[in-house]
Amino acid sequence: MRIDSFLKEEIKQVVKESKRNNSKEPKEEKNKQRSAEELAKQHKAISVAEFFEKNRHLLGFDNNRKALLTTVKEAVDNSLDACEEARILPEIYVELIDMGNNRFRVIVEDNGPGIVKQNIPFVFGKLLYGSKFHRLKQSRGQQGIGISAAVLYSQLTTGRATKVMSRTGKDKPAHLYELRINTLKNEPEILKEEIIEWEKEHGTRIELDLVGSYYRGAQSVDEYIKQTSIVNPHATFIYVTPDGEQRIYARVSETLPKEPKEIKPHPYGLEIGTLVKMLKLTKEKTILSFLKKEFSRVSDKVAKEILEKASVAPNEKPSQITREQAERIIDAISKTKILPPPLDCLSEIGEELIKKGLMKEVNAEFYEAVTRKPSVYKGYPFIIEAGIAYGGELPKDSPANVMRFANKIPLLYQAGSCAFTKTVIAMDWKKYGLNQPKGALPVGPLVILVHIASVWVPYTNEAKEAVANYPEIIKEVKLALQEVGRKLGKYLSKKRNVESEIKKRGYIEKYIPHISFAVKDILDLDESMKLELETKLKQILEHVRGKIEKVGFDKESNKEFDEEFKLKVHSHGIVDEIYLDEVDENESKG
Amino acid sequence: MSQRDDVLYKIQELAEQIKDDILNLRNPKIRIPVRSLNNVYFDPVKGHFTIKSKVKTRRLTASTARSFAQTLRMLALAKELIITNDIATKREAYYTAYNWLEARFQNQQESDATMDDIEAMLYTIRENLGFIPEERGGDVVGPLIVKDRDQDGNVLKIDCSNMGSGAYSVPSNVEKLEFETKADFILAIETSGMFQRLVKHKFWNKMNCILVSMSGVPTRATRRFIRKLSDDMNLPVYVFTDGDPYGWLNIYRTLKVGSGNAAHLNEFFCVPRAKYLGVTAQDIIDYDLPTHPLKDVDIKRIYDGLKNDPFVKYHKDWQENLKLQLKLKKRAEQQALAKYGLNFVITDYLPKKLKDKNSWLS
Repeated sequence: MRIDSFLKEEIKQVVKESKRNNSKEPKEEKNKQRSAEELAKQHKAISVAEFFEKNRHLLGFDNNRKALLTTVKEAVDNSLDACEEARILPEIYVELIDMGNNRFRVIVEDNGPGIVKQNIPFVFGKLLYGSKFHRLKQSRGQQGIGISAAVLYSQLTTGRATKVMSRTGKDKPAHLYELRINTLKNEPEILKEEIIEWEKEHGTRIELDLVGSYYRGAQSVDEYIKQTSIVNPHATFIYVTPDGEQRIYARVSETLPKEPKEIKPHPYGLEIGTLVKMLKLTKEKTILSFLKKEFSRVSDKVAKEILEKASVAPNEKPSQITREQAERIIDAISKTKILPPPLDCLSEIGEELIKKGLMKEVNAEFYEAVTRKPSVYKGYPFIIEAGIAYGGELPKDSPANVMRFANKIPLLYQAGSCAFTKTVIAMDWKKYGLNQPKGALPVGPLVILVHIASVWVPYTNEAKEAVANYPEIIKEVKLALQEVGRKLGKYLSKKRNVESEIKKRGYIEKYIPHISFAVKDILDLDESMKLELETKLKQILEHVRGKIEKVGFDKESNKEFDEEFKLKVHSHGIVDEIYLDEVDENESKG
Repeated sequence: MSQRDDVLYKIQELAEQIKDDILNLRNPKIRIPVRSLNNVYFDPVKGHFTIKSKVKTRRLTASTARSFAQTLRMLALAKELIITNDIATKREAYYTAYNWLEARFQNQQESDATMDDIEAMLYTIRENLGFIPEERGGDVVGPLIVKDRDQDGNVLKIDCSNMGSGAYSVPSNVEKLEFETKADFILAIETSGMFQRLVKHKFWNKMNCILVSMSGVPTRATRRFIRKLSDDMNLPVYVFTDGDPYGWLNIYRTLKVGSGNAAHLNEFFCVPRAKYLGVTAQDIIDYDLPTHPLKDVDIKRIYDGLKNDPFVKYHKDWQENLKLQLKLKKRAEQQALAKYGLNFVITDYLPKKLKDKNSWLS
């Protein structure tokens, strides 16, 4: 069972139990032996807050540094998803304000479609409220845990409420909410609700205060935004760092990515837990129509074949199917030939845009990208894309910077256990003219980008930070990397040729004066004739050896890269408004 | 027109051609005959190695620009020597080139090779360019008067039969020498040890011949001296070396038909009428000589000779001699004849060999 389902079940349980146990638990005395009943009671009494504490590593809030990143990430991912679904070119503003004492204010504002008034409290104030849980569609959002978890984290660490502003259109009013999560009921608590003036026609803005810490470099908010802008070249980001630097990541494409299509699950990826749950929730009357309607590529004939192999009657009610029968169905599926899932449901970035994305953020001399054809693992369609930037201003002697992406989200943690990193290391980069220590990343001025687009990205663990080692996926990654690698190799060998030609010419030119000197001496010529001979010899050299093709790095040639945008100091002013009184710390702990 | 004027004209002609090429934006080039064994053939009529048509071209490429420039500068130096009627030894030429900065020679072999290239290119001997060899010539003793001149042009007569225990030393340039002799033949000897013995016992007097010591592979001057003496006085030439591949294929073959490296000069330097007296492989058997086993280099040299040497390939008796030695796996020195007494070589071996033409090799 996937962790999302696991979390959802757990939260439901937690909420149910805490509603039932309204009475407060007696405080435990130290060293006192506890009965099994007491332990059971205690277990039942945990609140959503305690659940969060228990699972914060799954939710991306392991430590202060990561908490800051996760909060920004959840908000930005939501904004990008919302904009794309509404077919709006995203323009996203991110600001981090250092409020001292490890407290930060995170502000994320988008120009998305906005959220209808009545949904606002639930989107931000109820765990697992999302709209994405029950569907198979390529999207960034993590099934509705993310942003509300950030709200909860903010509330638990600072006691502050979250401020949300949203407007759905020009003729609609803008709403401001101040929200918290009732940790006992997993329900939103509205502290303030009002209609406000907002110059934006549509969009959403969220402000959260939280305990975090800000660093630069790898695994930072800076890096997350930079990488996000690379794989979302249709989006503009304006990012104000805690130091007051404003960085603009301007869009380089005016075209929105193709909208991914929602598909039904393919039977080949089905697991027993999911099947049991689907059987419970379905509206279909018979098991036969359940199979035909709830899955892709299951025709009447295929469904009957499955049921026959599983020895289950076609007219059985789904809710009546036993676990044993369900297991037999799973087994029968694996023995039945079913067409692969439809592959047009994915939205790739595209070769041109990957190149442009890299160009605008990395000032290199060579760019290449490839988008593979869709492929399938365990019934889930996926596409692998790879990109490369080489040379220029990239550091020369450090290992390649491998940027990993899943559904256009940067993966910043767990690089070592990720199938992408492993595949990069396993490849022979020496073939393409690069240095590579044994069992390590290639070394050189190199950025390697790998992206998987899928309706269901297989992660190695709950935290969704690394892609799992499926042979089908590794194979595609390898093919993609080989293709860009070959092109890089070709470029490098051309560059080497030109360099050696320049060297050779310099060498030959050294001897030109000797030739003219000797001819002058033998024929008793004058100095001006000697000089003429030298000029002519140089012309001959140029003519004989041809024009040298220009390769290598030219700082000015990359039109997409704008240094001005990279560092713009911006004064964001002082935090002038504390918009909510301190909340009682004890209360939020439940 | 003297020989040197002729050479000067050739140098200027070549420079003119290069200047012309450059001014007309043509890639200038120098064509030089390839000096190696695989670019010569044995010409039975002329009796020496003759160069084939293979040439190497130097022009403005990374691998040849340096030697292109060096060749031209060496030509300029030769022109200078001719104009000023001066000479330079090979070593002096090498040091002169020390001022050529990046065009200087790495070592003397390089400058010597360039000099050889120029000889081949201009089809002349370097003595005509003003470059003289460092090495001294061989020693000569016998019934011979050499007429030389001093700096003032006075004729000096040198009697080679009157040198006491010493010998007349061949000068580096023999072109101006004249001879008077009533000798019957010239005997060229590999080692100075054997030469000393023959001189001491006045072998030259007994047999009425001129003895020349080569001390290994004969120098250009020695070869030119033997050739000139043989031509001018119409004397046959016999050669006496160790019975090993070095004595045969390096010393004798070079003297008779020339070498691959100097194929362009063979015409002037080799002695096609020379005949090989001994020690032959058959001698080792016939005289039951004390021997040494063949070294690896000897064996390699024999195979190489059989396979690649145009001279050996043309002469069946030489092939048989080499094959016989391969079979014996043995070699013998000239001095091995001392087995039968120190003067056996004078009293028996040489007189016997000189009478028996069938025991000679061509």
